[in-house]
Amino acid sequence: MGGISLTGEPDFMIHGVHRFTMFGQELWITTTTIGMCITTIFILILAVIAHGKLKRATEVPGTVQNIVEYGAEMLEKMIGSVMGKNGGKFFNYIGTIFLFILFCNIGGLFGLRTPTADFGVTFTLGVFTFLIVNYQGIKNRKIRHFTSLFEPFPILFPINLIGEIANPISLSLRLFGNMVSGVILMGLWYGMMPIFVKIGIPSFLHVYCDLFSGAIQTYVFCMLTMVYVNDKME
Amino acid sequence: MNGISGQDFILGCSAIGAGLAMIAGIGPGIGQGIAAGHAAAAVGRNPGAKSDITSTMLLGQAVAETTGLYGFAVAAILMFLKPFS
Repeated sequence: MGGISLTGEPDFMIHGVHRFTMFGQELWITTTTIGMCITTIFILILAVIAHGKLKRATEVPGTVQNIVEYGAEMLEKMIGSVMGKNGGKFFNYIGTIFLFILFCNIGGLFGLRTPTADFGVTFTLGVFTFLIVNYQGIKNRKIRHFTSLFEPFPILFPINLIGEIANPISLSLRLFGNMVSGVILMGLWYGMMPIFVKIGIPSFLHVYCDLFSGAIQTYVFCMLTMVYVNDKME
Repeated sequence: MNGISGQDFILGCSAIGAGLAMIAGIGPGIGQGIAAGHAAAAVGRNPGAKSDITSTMLLGQAVAETTGLYGFAVAAILMFLKPFS
């Protein structure tokens, strides 16, 4: 969390670290950016280790190989249960956002300001989903992708259109809201409580806000992305 | 009312508004409770389908939670970003 200061005011906002200008636009490197960079580097290191282990894969798997295989099989099962035979094409994308969101959510446990508690990050992920959904819709259903907006009656077109556009917004707002509520709760607890309840008790809050909520929201984000994409596949 | 500036008044009203916005938390609470109750009943009837029921329940609860999060977003904006002052 942002606010692990044992004294003083509650602190859970995004802070700017470094300011620079590009094309006449003022841009900031914030705590979110740093958190995302650290998360990405961590995932890259994990990927290199997993790759190295699987290159020299043995018949009887060792510890690391076992964990990697278990994770990959779990992801495969999750994707296969929703997308069926279409799952193979989307394994890379869904696996990537699953790992990224999971480690971002858990990052709050290690003193980063949770990167997914920034609407810029979650909205970008939502827009990716929106683009993939529409690309697959146009590719697989051709003109029917647009005519289906006029079903069952043409007068329902505005409502259907709003329903389509609301998908990425509600998807990103769900992830953002859950993570930022955890960040605010932890920031208030660390900032405003007397010193003797800051020892021990926050660990339960961390388990709920970071681990439990983070894992559930990761699962839900990937699940809903797959459901939306799968709707446009036939 | 002496000594209370317009700024303070707006700040106080924002806090009241944030509290009122969090009434939105009632709905998702009831909805998630109903979903969890029915999932428990379903597991009792068919224990073999426990994992399927759990994942369906979690997905439904997460979708039901969205309206509560809208209320939370409004409350957080009123409290911390102070748009009216």
